[in-house]
Amino acid sequence: METAKSSNNFFAGIKDGIPIGLGYLSVSFTFGIMAVNSGLSVWIAVLISMTNLTSAGQFAGIGLISAGASYIEMALAQFVINLRYSLMSLSLTQKTDNSFNILQRLILSFGITDEVFAVASGKAHDISTKYMYGLITVPYLGWAAGTLFGAIAGSILPDSVSSAMNIAIYGMFLAIIIPPAKKARPVLWVTILSVVISLLLHYTPYLNKLSEGFVIIICALTASGFGALFFPVKEATK
Amino acid sequence: MIMIHILIMAGITYLVRMLPMAIFKKKIESNFIKSFLYYVPFAVLGSMTFPAIFTSTSSLYSAIAGTAVAILLAFKEKSLLTVALSSCFAVYITEWILKSIDLF
Repeated sequence: METAKSSNNFFAGIKDGIPIGLGYLSVSFTFGIMAVNSGLSVWIAVLISMTNLTSAGQFAGIGLISAGASYIEMALAQFVINLRYSLMSLSLTQKTDNSFNILQRLILSFGITDEVFAVASGKAHDISTKYMYGLITVPYLGWAAGTLFGAIAGSILPDSVSSAMNIAIYGMFLAIIIPPAKKARPVLWVTILSVVISLLLHYTPYLNKLSEGFVIIICALTASGFGALFFPVKEATK
Repeated sequence: MIMIHILIMAGITYLVRMLPMAIFKKKIESNFIKSFLYYVPFAVLGSMTFPAIFTSTSSLYSAIAGTAVAILLAFKEKSLLTVALSSCFAVYITEWILKSIDLF
């Protein structure tokens, strides 16, 4: 493998995970506040974050719990909202080096989040398990710690600060997609198409009732299918 | 009761992540699927960012300011952290200005 060693070890992963972890602090902080406000204890809130590690699914989950939803309803909602991870997980299987055995796959797949996926798939080379462990560590701790702080503190941060911190995660997304979109036209078109579909689904009456998870799946399938059909990648992931 | 809810949440969330990883081990040969998977991250992130970014702060104006700053710095290929924090800063400043204007 011609992977650059230094950018594929545990510490490279840690370094790449820091901005994700910082971004997670504000989101999970909000989750902690909301969980406690919906009647859950601090420890239940933290337990949810440590076992789920997903934003949309958890927010929907505490909503369902406080609404007294059935187990079936909970299972279906989680499935739909989180199905996008299957796409990401599948996509990542094409970027893993041979250090990924079945045990590593069973462990590391737990840590695939939107942001972890985005950073891992943005690497120029195949990723190693060491790198993945590093990449997941800080976001996982950030997610758990943020939940704890949020749940305990209620609202320590003034609104002006928490409002400003909410945009962090999206700023990061933009920083991930814009540089490649600048260099490769097809990437730009696929991204624009996905954004347009997303806007349509959010602002068209009736369609705007679709769950967030479904919207992401529809956008991903349509825009990526469009890209694959009209701009097949010559020598795709090496 | 609540523990069962949490167990279901965690179980389903893990399964949708784990199964594809555990099942697909070979490199995919089909160029269509390869290309498709190559585009997935961009499509996913694009749809997650818009329109959500506009409602992520307490006012549309501050969100627009934050978005503009993020796009500009991302275009200049600044690091993830720089882009994210500058965007937060732009939101903070904008909301501070809006509030100051409101006072008078």
